Amino acid sequence: MTAHAPAPEHAHDHPTPGTYAKIGLVLFVLTALEVGLYEFTFGKSAGTLGHQIEPFFIPLLLLLSAVKFALVAMFYMHLKNDSKMFSGVFVFPLIIATIVIFALVALQAYHWAFARPG
Amino acid sequence: MSDHAHALETSTGLDSRKLAIWTFIGSECMFFATLISNYLVNKGKSLVGPFAHEAWTDPTTGNVMEPIIEIPLVTVGTALLLFSSLFVVLALYGAQKGNRKMLLVWLGATLLCGIFFVGMQVYEFTHFAHKGLTLQRNMFGASFFVLTGFHGTHVTIGVIWLATMFVLAVRRKLPPERSLNLEMAALYWHFVDVVWIVIFPVVYLIR
Repeated sequence: MTAHAPAPEHAHDHPTPGTYAKIGLVLFVLTALEVGLYEFTFGKSAGTLGHQIEPFFIPLLLLLSAVKFALVAMFYMHLKNDSKMFSGVFVFPLIIATIVIFALVALQAYHWAFARPG
Repeated sequence: MSDHAHALETSTGLDSRKLAIWTFIGSECMFFATLISNYLVNKGKSLVGPFAHEAWTDPTTGNVMEPIIEIPLVTVGTALLLFSSLFVVLALYGAQKGNRKMLLVWLGATLLCGIFFVGMQVYEFTHFAHKGLTLQRNMFGASFFVLTGFHGTHVTIGVIWLATMFVLAVRRKLPPERSLNLEMAALYWHFVDVVWIVIFPVVYLIR
């Protein structure tokens, strides 16, 4: 190996244990928020305010889930610092997978709303 | 020749094994997308109970079946899996820095979390079966067990993979220049975690 050889890809600046711990704490808080949101909306402690936020329950839950997903992928899986090739290999099928899920749910909803005989 | 030197000889300049595990993870995204789609399109289509969040009364016998989902138990499992992701990345940090104690402690903690998660799922499946929910019972049971069962299988494979890494580390066969072996296992483990990050709200929280 020469002195001018590029550094191996996993020698990029990865976060420190302190950063990993902070991300872990954020993930824990976001999970607690998800469960808290559920309890507040549908649980035993659900009140009138819980009933009012019910229309926003699913979007809020999906948003929290997406943030957690992104944090793990960027920091724990090192996509933030690693080669963009890895990001492409992961994100491209992820986009297709997301489209597949929404397309199939939309197709099924259309079927039940309009196309079902009887 | 070291593992790093091999990595530099590829046309991409990236280690082929790491590119391979990322490609595999990409294909796994598609795999779980089909299972999550299957769960969502069949959601609310069950003709008989038990259901996830609502009680159901059998019209022929009058027996009442309580809602099947238990949020507190699964929340503990979710927290364990999230913490295991933190622990494995700390173990990888130790492996890359040549800190054997850090590697062994955090890898051991990751393994314990993984084993507890699998145990939680085995308990949950057994409990559900006792409450009348089986793979054949209704659409919810079929799609629920297929989705979470495949995820549990992935967790089990991850536990076995990380256990082999732990044995290698104990035998001092995981020096910093071979830390990519652990990094690949860790990437798979994180993927299992992010899949659960999606499954947890979709299956357990959304009504």
